[in-house]
Amino acid sequence: MTTGSLPGTAPPVQRPRSQLRELELRGVSRAYGAHLALKPFDLTVRGGEFVALLGPSGCGKTTALNCLAGLLPLTGGEIRLDGRRVDTLPPEKRGFGMVFQNYALFPHLTVRANVAFGLKMRRLGKAEIRDRVEAVLRLVRLTEHAAKHPGQLSGGQQQRVAIARAIVVQPPLVLMDEPLSNLDAALRLEMRSEIRRIHQEFGLTTIYVTHDQEEALSLADRLVVLRDGEVSQVGTPAELYEHPVSPYVAAFMGYRNMLSLTAMSGDTAAGRGLSVTGTPGGGPVAAGQPVTVAIRPEDLHVAGDGEPGGGAGTAGTAAPAAVVGEAVAEVVEYHGRTLHVEAVTAEGDRLHLRTSRPVHPGDALRVAAAPERALIFPGDGSAP
Amino acid sequence: MTAVAAGPQAPAPDPGTVRGRVALTHQLAERGVDRVLLLAVPGVLALVALFCYPFLYGLQLSFQPAHGGVLGAYKAFFSDPFARKSIWQTFALAIPASLINVGASVPISYRMRREFRGKRLLLAVLVVPITLGTVLTAEGILEFYGPAGWFNRTLHLLGLSSSPVKLTMNYTGVLLSLVISGFPFAYLLIHSYLSGIHPSMEKAAATLGADWWRRFRYVTLPLLAPGLMTTFCLTFVMTFAVFPSALMVGDPDGSTHVISIEAYEAALQRFDYAQGCADAMIMTALMLAVIVAVTALRSRLYTGATGGKG
Repeated sequence: MTTGSLPGTAPPVQRPRSQLRELELRGVSRAYGAHLALKPFDLTVRGGEFVALLGPSGCGKTTALNCLAGLLPLTGGEIRLDGRRVDTLPPEKRGFGMVFQNYALFPHLTVRANVAFGLKMRRLGKAEIRDRVEAVLRLVRLTEHAAKHPGQLSGGQQQRVAIARAIVVQPPLVLMDEPLSNLDAALRLEMRSEIRRIHQEFGLTTIYVTHDQEEALSLADRLVVLRDGEVSQVGTPAELYEHPVSPYVAAFMGYRNMLSLTAMSGDTAAGRGLSVTGTPGGGPVAAGQPVTVAIRPEDLHVAGDGEPGGGAGTAGTAAPAAVVGEAVAEVVEYHGRTLHVEAVTAEGDRLHLRTSRPVHPGDALRVAAAPERALIFPGDGSAP
Repeated sequence: MTAVAAGPQAPAPDPGTVRGRVALTHQLAERGVDRVLLLAVPGVLALVALFCYPFLYGLQLSFQPAHGGVLGAYKAFFSDPFARKSIWQTFALAIPASLINVGASVPISYRMRREFRGKRLLLAVLVVPITLGTVLTAEGILEFYGPAGWFNRTLHLLGLSSSPVKLTMNYTGVLLSLVISGFPFAYLLIHSYLSGIHPSMEKAAATLGADWWRRFRYVTLPLLAPGLMTTFCLTFVMTFAVFPSALMVGDPDGSTHVISIEAYEAALQRFDYAQGCADAMIMTALMLAVIVAVTALRSRLYTGATGGKG
């Protein structure tokens, strides 16, 4: 009760919203020999923002995070924190908090000593260390486990210790490297809200690496989608969800149906027994050009009898939902009130759709999608 | 985690009656006794034949000296100042040699975790002495560090010393030989202990503001300490039993008259088997005392996992 920085009691009043105004990455790159793991990378993060770096393994997202933390030297570019250059500083001088994928808790220290480690390294007074550790342990709800060793804790508890240890020093920037990937599904959901809650309560600026689009979409204010060390798209969750700029981002955002068709006009495509009326997603499309049509499973449904549009071949019907084609249900999964159906067209394309109607394997289905929910991208899907 | 309470008539049998009916093999397996245990039989037999029997034989022999009753040989050892001094001389060699071996291994293996050019070559150079016998090492030391050896000739050529530096046939020679032959063991052990510590530990400490010294002091060293103590015990046992080098490059009648030489002389030069056995038993007791002390200290440290996940 001495320092007045007790996050558990009245956080928004005493704590500045964020200690950091702006983090600027300019041309940050990292090469391993001839291989560029991270191509020149620009990003500006505002104070208080939650930014997720999203991509499959090997896309350079962890490399980017390690470069930020100072655990990997840059091979090019610079990092500025409120105008001050930090990329030349060793990790211990940057003062960023980092949550590791494997938590990296010190197994020989108690939870309390683990959390106090950063404060001890900053040579704070004993009383202040004790108060701040108690406060942050309350925040992550671990007070009663303070005297235990990490080995005696469950995965979720260890994870919270790792977060507590990183944030107790009140770092200007918190870096998280797939912190939820070692947890089971239920705990992952719980910890997801926990992380967001802590981010808001502490006024943190967070950069979060994940390969899980759902996690990124639900947590982040802004997403950076990476591919092969290169930024594919930066945007808010809504922007990326509704308007992915490429089939790659679309596939990452849950557009599971990726159909390689041929453009008939600017907003229609056909081929392989299917015909789609859609919306151009990434630039203009000329008739005759190969295109990739991306549709989410939840936007593809079994056509009602009254729904307009013909079967295969009659393209170009402007309507709220147009029939895309016909397919035979193959796998039907029960998911509560909806069924997840995997259907195969006559040409062998697999369509993933949702329906609330009773569908059985082997049923012939007429499948439809709303034009604004079917995105047409130039290119045949294999290229970025 | 089923909340359903099993009623008294539930199919799960009452444990009281089960005891008698469960097959003996299952009961034994519960205590770790099964056929896999047979794999230990050859080892146990060898241990009994090659260690337990000679040890017990020697023990009873040590209580049957020609003169002085049951404890006569022990009394003789402790009443002879020259023999008694061998205890101190053994410790004076074994403790510094073990500390040097362990102490030098830590910084070297700490650096060797990183990849660098020539690492394999350096590793080979560090570890090769393990393949050389003590006798070969001792001969090498005589050749190299002897009064007319390369070392002294180089010193002389460089004008650094007018008369040869005496590095052999004394305490220094034995210590050198113990370090040369003991270091590879210590290094290999500590290297493997160190590589068992997940690199993310130090990374985490670095992001929390610890410079290299405090990363070592507060994270790596505490995690390594149990391994250091085990390594110390092993190198101590090896150096405590020093014999060939104490004879060959030392001063076996003076400053390196270690306890093993005392036992050897008693048994094989004076043919007093009882005395030799008693000396060996004293040696064993001293070694055990040190190992028990170090192990007790070790058990007070953290000795759990050193991996990434707590």
